[in-house]
Amino acid sequence: MGGLEKKKYQRGSATNYITRNKARKKLQLSLPDFRRLCILKGIYPHEPRHKKKVNKGSTAARTFYLLKDIKFLLHEPIVNKFREYKIFVRKLRKAYGKSEWGTAERLKDNKPTYKLDHIVKERYPTFVDALRDLDDALSMCFLFSTFPRTGKCHVQTIQLCRRLAVEFLNYVIASRSLRKVFLSIKGIYYQAEVLGQPITWITPYAFAHDHPTDVDYRVMATFTEFYTTLLGFVNFRLYHSLNLHYPPKIDGQAEVEVKPAEGKEYAMDSESYLEKHKKLFEGLRFFLNREVPREPLAFVIRCFGGQVSWDKSLCIGATYDVSDPSITHQIVDRPRVEQQVVGRYYLQPQWVFDSVNAKLCLPVADYFPGVLLPPHLSPFVTEQEGDYIPPEKLKLLAMQRGEDPGEETEEEEEEEEEEEEDDNDKDEEEEEEDESEKEEEIKLKKMEEQKAQSNKALPVKVTAGKVRLEDKQRLEQEQQSEEKRLAIMMMKKREKYLYKKIMFGKKRKIREANKLAAKRKAHDTALKEEKKKTKKARRA
Amino acid sequence: MEQPLELESDDDLTDSEESVYSGLEDSGSDSTNSSAAEEEEEEEDEGEQEEPSNGAAPKVKGAPRKSKALGADPPLKDSEGLSVPDEYEEDSSDEEDIRNTVGNIPMEWYQDFPHIGYDLEGKRIYKPIRNKDELDKFLEKMENPDYWRTVQDKMTGADIKLTDEQVDLVHRLQKGQFGDVHFNPYEPAIDFFTHEVMIHPVTNRPADKRSFIPSLIEKEKVSKLVHAIKMGWIKPRKPKEDTPTYYDLWAHEDPNSILGRHKMHVPAPKMKLPGHEESYNPPPEYLLSEEEKLAWEQQEPAERRLNFVPQQYRCLRAVPGYPRFIHERFERCLDLYLCPRQRKMRVNVDPEDLIPKLPKPRDLQPFPTTQALVYRGHSSLVRCLSVSPSGQWLASGSDDGTVRFWEVCTARCMKTLPVGGVVKSIAWNPNPTICLVAVCVEQSVLLVNPCLGDKLLYGATDQVLESYVPPEEERVQPVQWVTATSEEHSRGIRLTVQHSKALKQVTWHGKGDYFATVVADNSNMQVLIHQTSKRWSQNPFRKSKGLVQCVLFHPIRPYFFVATQRYVRVYNLLKQELTKKLMANCKWVSSMAIHPAGTDGGAGTVPKVMCGVHPVMDVPFPPPGDNVICGSYDSKLAWFDLDLSTRPYQLLRHHRKALRSVAFHKHYPLFASGSDDGTVIVCHGMVYNDLLQNPLLVPVKVLKGHTLTMDLGVLDVVFHPTQPWVFSSGADGTVRLYT
Repeated sequence: MGGLEKKKYQRGSATNYITRNKARKKLQLSLPDFRRLCILKGIYPHEPRHKKKVNKGSTAARTFYLLKDIKFLLHEPIVNKFREYKIFVRKLRKAYGKSEWGTAERLKDNKPTYKLDHIVKERYPTFVDALRDLDDALSMCFLFSTFPRTGKCHVQTIQLCRRLAVEFLNYVIASRSLRKVFLSIKGIYYQAEVLGQPITWITPYAFAHDHPTDVDYRVMATFTEFYTTLLGFVNFRLYHSLNLHYPPKIDGQAEVEVKPAEGKEYAMDSESYLEKHKKLFEGLRFFLNREVPREPLAFVIRCFGGQVSWDKSLCIGATYDVSDPSITHQIVDRPRVEQQVVGRYYLQPQWVFDSVNAKLCLPVADYFPGVLLPPHLSPFVTEQEGDYIPPEKLKLLAMQRGEDPGEETEEEEEEEEEEEEDDNDKDEEEEEEDESEKEEEIKLKKMEEQKAQSNKALPVKVTAGKVRLEDKQRLEQEQQSEEKRLAIMMMKKREKYLYKKIMFGKKRKIREANKLAAKRKAHDTALKEEKKKTKKARRA
Repeated sequence: MEQPLELESDDDLTDSEESVYSGLEDSGSDSTNSSAAEEEEEEEDEGEQEEPSNGAAPKVKGAPRKSKALGADPPLKDSEGLSVPDEYEEDSSDEEDIRNTVGNIPMEWYQDFPHIGYDLEGKRIYKPIRNKDELDKFLEKMENPDYWRTVQDKMTGADIKLTDEQVDLVHRLQKGQFGDVHFNPYEPAIDFFTHEVMIHPVTNRPADKRSFIPSLIEKEKVSKLVHAIKMGWIKPRKPKEDTPTYYDLWAHEDPNSILGRHKMHVPAPKMKLPGHEESYNPPPEYLLSEEEKLAWEQQEPAERRLNFVPQQYRCLRAVPGYPRFIHERFERCLDLYLCPRQRKMRVNVDPEDLIPKLPKPRDLQPFPTTQALVYRGHSSLVRCLSVSPSGQWLASGSDDGTVRFWEVCTARCMKTLPVGGVVKSIAWNPNPTICLVAVCVEQSVLLVNPCLGDKLLYGATDQVLESYVPPEEERVQPVQWVTATSEEHSRGIRLTVQHSKALKQVTWHGKGDYFATVVADNSNMQVLIHQTSKRWSQNPFRKSKGLVQCVLFHPIRPYFFVATQRYVRVYNLLKQELTKKLMANCKWVSSMAIHPAGTDGGAGTVPKVMCGVHPVMDVPFPPPGDNVICGSYDSKLAWFDLDLSTRPYQLLRHHRKALRSVAFHKHYPLFASGSDDGTVIVCHGMVYNDLLQNPLLVPVKVLKGHTLTMDLGVLDVVFHPTQPWVFSSGADGTVRLYT
């Protein structure tokens, strides 16, 4: 036994982590400042693998940061700016207190400011990294751009957010990179593919926000501060990739209609179907009625090459009038349209979104004004095998394959039924184990009963035996399942746990799918019955 | 209310007067102080007619006293304008009114006294006598023309009639006018410091020279500034640009510049993409039914699978704004900077891979697979079973107080032996030359000759038993050996070994002479070993080591296995010592069985030295008794390999309920376990003679058939001695044979 005594918690994971308070003390920052720094620098707590070891034997709930992260923060120039700002505020308060207006003015002029450029570069060393993390930035900017210009946060921030968001939308239009749109109850989801990276963002519906009181706007503002910087640089780079000038000259009001000239050198995708998708609305002329949400619709239509206009009194940027005979589609969201013009389709806005998601112009009949709309499906769901697929999706898939939807419907239904049957089969298989056991028991019982009866009834009767057809397949299956069961019995405890967990998850999935299917079936039958009734009523 | 108000206003009046003159009349001497006080005293003496304001009025030296008493009023004083009043006269609040020395106190305090205070000499000042009642007051009010101008002096309690001047004064003050009638507030202003420049200087001093020549210091300062401007050191203040400038940040993407930190970076997971249920117009199956909605509302917000209720709107126009939009964004922000992150490896395992690859049961045949026969007859649960060494007969003991003997092949009950008590345990003598069954009934062991099979055989058994010669000297025995009466003899009972307590188990030694019994007791007399031929019993243990569950003899060697609740102890009977102690790793051992080796049960074919390394290559089959299985009430089956360790080689948790019995097959590598869940699980348990190879345990069949009664399923399991058949007795009163 030689050497020094090894002290506990002085090596290994205990030295790699630091608690939040210690980190704060090390950086000599107040908690809000520390938080702001963490937000800007993208430092987040880590969950250590062995929490008790890191926590020096205690099990108290603490947040841990990597010590390396905190050391990295020590050299951040922004930390100094934070301190300067603190002093600036103190001085300013003093000047106001003494009514030294001149001093206050001078101090205000020399207000310490900081830039986040280097942080953006540091957090996203490559452009693709930045694109990957753009989702939250875009969603936040779109949210802030809808905030009222009073209260809550600085007007400049809101204006900047609006500008950046609109610039990004313009890029998406110019590059035709929008892929999916989804009208959810929360807002409108968009997904664009920029340089091979899917970027998803959500915009709220254009209503005034009911500003909640339990939300810390300072935190959101700090995030927005960083996100605007990031989005600015990303926009710059994106515009330059299209050979466009940045910043574009955009009027605050008519943002969408100022469309930058498309870059000729934009690398075209070779995939023809993608090309086709991009030119979905090419040559179509849309007119938006007053009641439809103008901005998202105009954006989506333009993304796919369509031309769009609206009422002149609604907003500037209207290029043609309602009476224009070349209009092919008029988007309407009212139960009835009086004075219909011949030569154009009157459609509900969902048609545009559904068509974009389906990658083809859907038949218009389902989307006429006042018609009960078909369900709007999420384009983000890709069903795996065994998942429940709503029948509308099946129809859509068939349409995409190029089959005629009209003939398809019945077949589809049949298919559905088959599928349902399949599902049922699966269930049966699951339950088979128990069932087979039960069956055996029942058989045995019967045999016993028979025997008992034969014992009782002394006059022995010989009844003609029935030839039992042995289903070889079934037998084999039974045998296999039994073997499996026996093998499962021999599993180790840990593996058994894991196995059971996996199987539980699978079963739950199947159960949920079955539940949805059953619900749908019930709904459909109810509908059919109602239809029949109405028919009868009509006849009568 | 009116009166005090008026009085106060009077006071104010005097104050204002004083302030008016205070600036100008400030040349008086302080020496007048004392005389003024004296004067006042005199005034007091003069009568109560004097106004209170008089005390505060500026005093004029040498002014006629009478005139004052008649109502010294401001105009009067005004006329004597330049006379000097003593401004310190009323400096102290104590001297405000020296007629009454009580000071500035609420006069209500004197309400109940006849006096109202004290004068300077300490004499009481009595209240004026007032004996007017309400009627008098009213009459006075009606009759007295001066009633309206009569006020009461609070300090003295006397009534004062205001003079006309005083009434005027009050009226003026009420109108907000100056108290002095002659005071003109709008007098023309006198310009003391005239704005007109005077033509002559104030002083006669000639102007300095420095007023003619330019200042050098200023010149220097200016030139410095000029120089600084020229050099560009001083610039006009530029308006700050707050619009951020952007440039190509990633112009020089250098893969080497990526910090090492980025390798440790755990990117935040993206937000979950919305599914069909989030649509504003989802397919109808995604909408929640009423119950689901209710369940959703009752769930904790953190537990909900969806953080919203799916809704359907007929058209886009009807969709409202989402009220929690800002919340969700904010929560995402919180997640991004507050949520601890950890890289987690998702187990991406095919569940099929987790199932161990075992030899197929088909390849491990023979083993019992189907139920062949049911032995019916017992009316209560069948606790114990035993098969004759030949395999032709089966004995079963039941709670209905009978022992039944069955022919195995036909399921025919050959014999029923009522024993008059619950049969706890039954054991057929393993010696094929002896036809004897030991039956545990309550406190005694019955040795029964079932008289089945070969007549020669059971006749010989009787002869052997009868040939017993009692020893000369009677030895003290823990039990009593009683020969059966003739009536009992006719039923088959030959001997009765009577214990003092209820019995639990009986088991034979392999050679069929000795048998051991377990008593349900906690003393050292729990286990007894009996010798049939000598009718002699002995107690092998001096001390009790816990509640003994069951005991077993080693098939060939002089070892004795004793299972207590948690341990199995192995004793060497020859050396009389503890050889091994096996930890069962379970809570309560219920049963135990010893691996009988693959050879025929022939005793002593394989010699083995316990402590030495036994010759591996010479032994065709593994030595018997090296493997023990223990069933326990916590539904575990422990397989011990005695050579390996004292801990179980494997714990099998096949059953769902408590195990009641376990059994090894004599020849085939099979063992079975019966449990309260009504199943018998037959396992293949191959033991290799190669020490390096561990036993192979494979469950091969789950046998069902017994119905659960009183939460009990299978109570005993026994293998057929030669065939791969297994018998099981159940709580439903049947015995079943699986082949």
